[in-house]
Amino acid sequence: MNPEPPEGPEAQGRPVGRRVLLGTLALGALGVATAPVLQRGMEGLLGGLSDEDPTGLTGLLPNGGGFRYYSVAASVPHRSPANYRLTVDGLVDHPRTYTLADLRALPQTRLVRDVQCVTGWRVPGTPFQGVTLSRLLDAAGVSAAGRAVRFTCFDGTYSESLTLEQARRRDVLVALRMQDKDIGHDHGGPVRLYVAPMYFYKSAKWLSGITVTDRVRPGYWERLGYDVDAWVGRSNGRTDEPTS
Amino acid sequence: MSLRADTPAPPDARVRRFGPAQRWVHRGTAALMGVCVLTAACLYIPQLAVLVGRRELVVRVHEWAGLALPVPVLLGLASRAFRADLRFLNRFGPHDRVWLWAALSRDKRRSSRPAGKFNAGQKVYAAWIAGAALVMLGTGLMMWFTRLTPLVWRTSATFVHDWLALTIGVVLAGHIGMALGDPEARRGLRTGMVSSRWAEREHPLWRP
Repeated sequence: MNPEPPEGPEAQGRPVGRRVLLGTLALGALGVATAPVLQRGMEGLLGGLSDEDPTGLTGLLPNGGGFRYYSVAASVPHRSPANYRLTVDGLVDHPRTYTLADLRALPQTRLVRDVQCVTGWRVPGTPFQGVTLSRLLDAAGVSAAGRAVRFTCFDGTYSESLTLEQARRRDVLVALRMQDKDIGHDHGGPVRLYVAPMYFYKSAKWLSGITVTDRVRPGYWERLGYDVDAWVGRSNGRTDEPTS
Repeated sequence: MSLRADTPAPPDARVRRFGPAQRWVHRGTAALMGVCVLTAACLYIPQLAVLVGRRELVVRVHEWAGLALPVPVLLGLASRAFRADLRFLNRFGPHDRVWLWAALSRDKRRSSRPAGKFNAGQKVYAAWIAGAALVMLGTGLMMWFTRLTPLVWRTSATFVHDWLALTIGVVLAGHIGMALGDPEARRGLRTGMVSSRWAEREHPLWRP
């Protein structure tokens, strides 16, 4: 400390405040260094607790398990089975519009995979069920110039895209059910995209449009710096266990 | 909690507790911390996230409020009065040990709670919240500029940021709760002046 004019007995004494501050900083650094171990312990502990927690409060704790709600729009309109529509258009021979009943009448595929968010949370073994995207593309008849698929959403803001090759994978669904329930509004219902092998931002909620394009148009988060080819464990600088 | 607080007491002498520098540092820090906490809640609590949406905007506000959080204190360093208060907060005398023991053993007698301008609890709080805010700033920057640090660090930073946020929320609630219970302490930060009777009772060793 610089030699300051004495300010009475109160300014004397030991600099405990500084030690507390530096100690807090050191604990923070130690926390970062030991986080991988601590996090596994916490996930085990909270995972066990949340099974027996009727209040659901453990779900609010970090790593308490479960999905987190992300929306980029100010508000999202609700769509019911009566007024929901999904259009397939762009570079296709037969553009068409599906109602929810149309989609339900098509053969359904059920997949059980982990969901991995790019922000770190992971929900293990989550069932999704719906129509494979490739079936809808085949029904529409992709024209020769088609190279990619762009997805739009009835929140009015979000968008996503896949190459045609990615879109034709068997583990890419136009999902109607999640966790063996109809998809609720907060989870992107009544219909959302489910791209099993990629980070969850690819699985656009509130899906309302599928447009075949001649090239990949980066989606909402991709224009903000996220990877377009968002393979779990091989993109966005992350090394998570692949999901599919 | 004085029984006389509501009865018209004889005009009490006022003493100066804080100058404009300390009051504005506290106001600025409180406002920025409030923005951080509210935006954090909108990002983190599912029900609020559903209500607010606009994730990208909320993230931006949260980041900038967090980055600006140390600014009021840094500006305050220009003030001699503020630096003097920091020195009071930093230095712990023998009476602070007595105060902390009494607090730990839930001894509420005035005589066992000797305090200067700041009591030992306020000193510990100030030092801890300053350290915690810096840890939040560091881990927050690691999450913000994701390409600056290796991936393992970033996941670890998220872990520390989340849990420390929860801890800060609880401690901050305690801080606000105690302020709500002490109108004269709040008046001190609002107007700069407190009654000498309050000063004598709460901070007997303080010589304003």
